[in-house]
Amino acid sequence: MAKTIAEINEKIRKGKAVVVTAEEVISIAKEKGVSRAAEEIDVVTTGTFGPMCGSGAFFNIGHSRPRIKLGGGKVYLNDVPVYAGIAAVDVFLGATALPDDDPRNKFYPGEFNYGGGHVIEEMVAGKDIRLTATAFGTDCYPRKKLETLINIKDINEAILFNLRNAYQNYNVAMNLSDKVIYTYMGVLKPNLGNANYSTAGQLSPLLNDPYYKTIGVGTKIFLGGGIGYVAWHGTQHNPTALRGDNGVPRRGSGTLAVIGDLKQMKPEWLVGTSMLGYGCTLTVGIGAPIPILSEEILRYTMVSDADILAPIVDYSEAYPQLKPDILGEVSYAELKSGRIKVQGKDVPTGSLSSYPKAMEIASILKKWIEKGEFLLAEPVAPLPGVESGITFKPLKERPIGD
Amino acid sequence: MNVSRRIVLHFPPNITEQPVVYRLVKDFGLTFNILKASVSPGEEGLLVMELSGEQKNYDKGIKYLTETGVEIQSLSQDVVRDESRCTHCGACITICPTEAFSLEPKTRKVLFDHNKCVVCGLCVKACPPRAMILHF
Ligand code: SF4
Ligand code: SF4
Repeated sequence: MAKTIAEINEKIRKGKAVVVTAEEVISIAKEKGVSRAAEEIDVVTTGTFGPMCGSGAFFNIGHSRPRIKLGGGKVYLNDVPVYAGIAAVDVFLGATALPDDDPRNKFYPGEFNYGGGHVIEEMVAGKDIRLTATAFGTDCYPRKKLETLINIKDINEAILFNLRNAYQNYNVAMNLSDKVIYTYMGVLKPNLGNANYSTAGQLSPLLNDPYYKTIGVGTKIFLGGGIGYVAWHGTQHNPTALRGDNGVPRRGSGTLAVIGDLKQMKPEWLVGTSMLGYGCTLTVGIGAPIPILSEEILRYTMVSDADILAPIVDYSEAYPQLKPDILGEVSYAELKSGRIKVQGKDVPTGSLSSYPKAMEIASILKKWIEKGEFLLAEPVAPLPGVESGITFKPLKERPIGD
Repeated sequence: MNVSRRIVLHFPPNITEQPVVYRLVKDFGLTFNILKASVSPGEEGLLVMELSGEQKNYDKGIKYLTETGVEIQSLSQDVVRDESRCTHCGACITICPTEAFSLEPKTRKVLFDHNKCVVCGLCVKACPPRAMILHF
């Protein structure tokens, strides 16, 4: 019996919806059988919590008296530069932005203690933020200089808009060279000394909906501790990546662009993050509800860590040189056991994405839905799927000429 | 007077192959108990040990170590975890030379065993949300 989102919402409103997490569904569906489970379960909740560099926020700070046009000027929030090439008092703060005087990797490996992601975290936490700006002055916007404290509760809008989040599967990073390397996948020890991975596996939103049958543009989600929406497919969305027989991508593939009102989010779920020798970023909490509209959709949510394979990539050579070579594939069940075997070597594993926090997100979302506080949204357009033929292209460099 | 201290030795690459520790025993009559070693040729080495002996020999031994270019750090410092910042990601697990971090299998939370920590400081900068804090 197929259900519709409207029918599920009706049950949510009455407080009668049956909601389970993407971890719970695995054993429940095995025990009850797919058809009974698909009938009984209305929603499966997912979650992921990891560093996501494709994150940022728009702010409209309100007009000063006299007015200043920040657009085309230079603007900083707590000394971190923001993008001001838009309307008069709108700015965009990217998660990886660094203060001009940050030493970067001059003292290698750089520490990157404070950047855009940290400003976003402090902003959400309700702390006052220092805004400093210079502009060129016009007849209608005469002011050239502005220095003020701002606070999220006073400014007009604060909108989290992450262009690429929630990667559907990702690389396992290792280091074949004979020296330590510092990457966005963490510190990698020489000679295959450790392996770092970064997804929540069986709990991860897009791994539970591998063909994007329910998650689409307009899907309402848990974002940064509040409510957000899928705005579009994320950049580098690659639905045609290699997939297993179960449909689950075996390489980095789908991504989401997400949006939401930062004012109702929480700092525990948007954490400023420093990657040694690499830079600053933001660790983002995202959870998507998957409406169980059919047996097929339920079957996808039953995916477990043992069914999801990830490629092992050498970050000393293959990754920086954009070579397609991989060192092998490994399942999340193996990765989560704490040790994997790579080229005959027994290697300890570490993660950058937090499974306990992903679990917490899936449970919070479950509670919201059970209590009738969170209704599902019908997607207004699908994400591009396998049939779109969209692939992830490298840059074709062409000489500019003289 | 006899002393016994836990220290961390950082060896620059050029002296990882010299028999430094052997000389501590032979020339200064000190005894040692290695708690953790990670020295590989051509890289910086790290040795955590308990070094014991007569105070004056101990001092001479430390002076000798300093002269060879070994950087010494005593364990009077302390590393603690700010529980409110730890996200239980697990990035620290493979970084720690003494396996002070472990995964609790059921909850998959990252446990920190303070007793195993030898205050090498490696996790402090490797922890993405900077939850590990060095106290002096
Ligand atoms: S790396 Fe930091 S945040 Fe992650 S588990 Fe270790 S202490 Fe916690
Ligand atoms: S300082 Fe950190 S890395 Fe070093 S021993 Fe202690 S816990 Fe392990």
